[in-house]
Amino acid sequence: MLKPLVIAGRQIKSRLFLGTGKFPSSQVMADALEASGAEMVTVALRRVEFDNPRDDIIAHIDQGKYLLLPNTSGARDAEEAVRIAKLARTASGWNWLKLEVTPEPNFLLPDPIETMKAAEILIKEGFVVLPYINADPILAKRLQEAGCAAVMPLGSPIGSGRGIKTADQIRIIVQQATVPVVVDAGLGLPSHVCQAFELGADAVLVNTAVAVADDPVTMAKAFRLAVESSLAGIEAGSMSEGDAASASSPLTGFLR
Amino acid sequence: MKSFYEIISTIEPDRIKAKLREVTTKQVRALLDSINSGGIPQADDITILASPAAGELLEPMAQAAKNITLRRFGKTIQMYAPLYISNYCSNSCRYCGFNIHNKINRRTSGREEILAEARLLNNQHISQLLLVSGECPSEVSIDLLENTASELKGLFPSLSIEIYPLDVPDYSRLYKAGIDGLAIYQETYDQKIYSMVHPAGPKRDYGYRLGAPERGAAAGFRQIGLGSLLGLNDWRVESHYLMHHAAYLMKHHWKSQISVSFPRLRPAAGGYSPEFPVSDQELVQMICAFRLMLPDAGLVLSTREPAKLRDHLIGLGITRMSAGSKTAPGGYLDKLDSNLDKQGRTAEGQFNVCDDRPVEAVAQSIRAKGYDTVWKDWDNGFER
Repeated sequence: MLKPLVIAGRQIKSRLFLGTGKFPSSQVMADALEASGAEMVTVALRRVEFDNPRDDIIAHIDQGKYLLLPNTSGARDAEEAVRIAKLARTASGWNWLKLEVTPEPNFLLPDPIETMKAAEILIKEGFVVLPYINADPILAKRLQEAGCAAVMPLGSPIGSGRGIKTADQIRIIVQQATVPVVVDAGLGLPSHVCQAFELGADAVLVNTAVAVADDPVTMAKAFRLAVESSLAGIEAGSMSEGDAASASSPLTGFLR
Repeated sequence: MKSFYEIISTIEPDRIKAKLREVTTKQVRALLDSINSGGIPQADDITILASPAAGELLEPMAQAAKNITLRRFGKTIQMYAPLYISNYCSNSCRYCGFNIHNKINRRTSGREEILAEARLLNNQHISQLLLVSGECPSEVSIDLLENTASELKGLFPSLSIEIYPLDVPDYSRLYKAGIDGLAIYQETYDQKIYSMVHPAGPKRDYGYRLGAPERGAAAGFRQIGLGSLLGLNDWRVESHYLMHHAAYLMKHHWKSQISVSFPRLRPAAGGYSPEFPVSDQELVQMICAFRLMLPDAGLVLSTREPAKLRDHLIGLGITRMSAGSKTAPGGYLDKLDSNLDKQGRTAEGQFNVCDDRPVEAVAQSIRAKGYDTVWKDWDNGFER
């Protein structure tokens, strides 16, 4: 049996996290959230009026049902990320944070140095911090030591849909992890999600692949099914790769 | 580090023209295939996409542009509006309604008027505001802009400026006052044409204007808006320069987001008619070319363009649109008596707005196409 997914002491029912950007309307986003079965939902602080409960995006997310994971997308350095996080917490009480420090606006790759600095400050301030990082095993360890509640390595650049191009590093991160590993960014197809779980990820975060699909609601369901399928496969105890090819022993046959 | 002025001075327009002519449809197809399979084009590839040969492959270009736009921006369009502070100007740009020699009603809005216009726009959801002014520091000083920004920041999470070029210390003051974006168009990158259409005034200094985006980025602005005024020069040649300008800034000022505007010359006071008119087909090719070259850049289309064309371009590369725009100071308060001069004329606009639909009507059009309007995409909290 898979161990339940627990982040910062809270059991998270769904291992599919969903982003809320790029949807054709807030209603379609709400319907996709419902179809995805997600519990953890990330929202860019830059996009919402976090001090206004009637904000169109926030009003479409039932906070009794979903755990809101605001993100600091747009922050160019630690100082900006910390400032926006604190303002949002003061206004809305949100204490969980997906830490994003992405100074380069085109590929939106995370800055490891500023992410580390921001994480240390935010953790001292009492935030539950889930940092978005490049798939760097040492950085992942350093962030865990600093007290991050999970690490979120990327599969490939945000919004690229290119799937998991960092498999070798993610495997190492998973092997060494003391906190949940959430593969974030670049997952474009339901099959990419399966690969993430097969690498040992604890959860995945998807946004663009659902939001820009011709039918986002059905795509959200497809990702939910992919997660369920992957987890069922893991629980069923899959055969190990290479069994079929080990029938003969050309090198050691002479010993028999 | 070489400035972009030093680099551009070595690019011969005739060499670009020759390269544009030599491009074959086979080259265009190969580049499109590469881009469609995730290849990252090099700045020089703009010559291929802006060539007459690429014009024959507009449909596959448009499809590729649509796919990239969808992937990078989703089904969303960012909304903004301009607020003109003053139409006083010491320049004599041949194409512009604010030309110093034009006998028009000139005015500079006072603090109360600016705030009233701002509130009016804010009530229509506008959260991204562009402050615009002619070049007349005695009318619109840095102090005035700084104070205006401080006052407007509470209403608008994102404030940009489109004003005369400044030095780094002045740009820094405005950035610190809460302005996060700078739009400054070179108008034309061709130095000879530039001299012809800017016969007098401080704007004659080509190099100083060209360096403004670099100085703005050095001061910290997050958004740097570039553009050529379409109609002043062959748009294919302009595209080459413009792309290289964008690539230069992305390399040397990598923390600023580049956006590109496509202002086509419209009728203005003074009766200027463009020497190199750009057709709808050519405008679409240029927009698609820039989307393919710069997948993450904001591509901007103003109300200079007609409603029908703007609606068609939603999703096809364009990601940011103005709406309900008035291009004269006090223009949103058109019933204001103080807005009239002695002859009873309202203040002159910079150009004639072609898409004159109100903000909500534009938003409805966007939603009808299955796209969401993005009003807010920045937050004051990052900076203060």
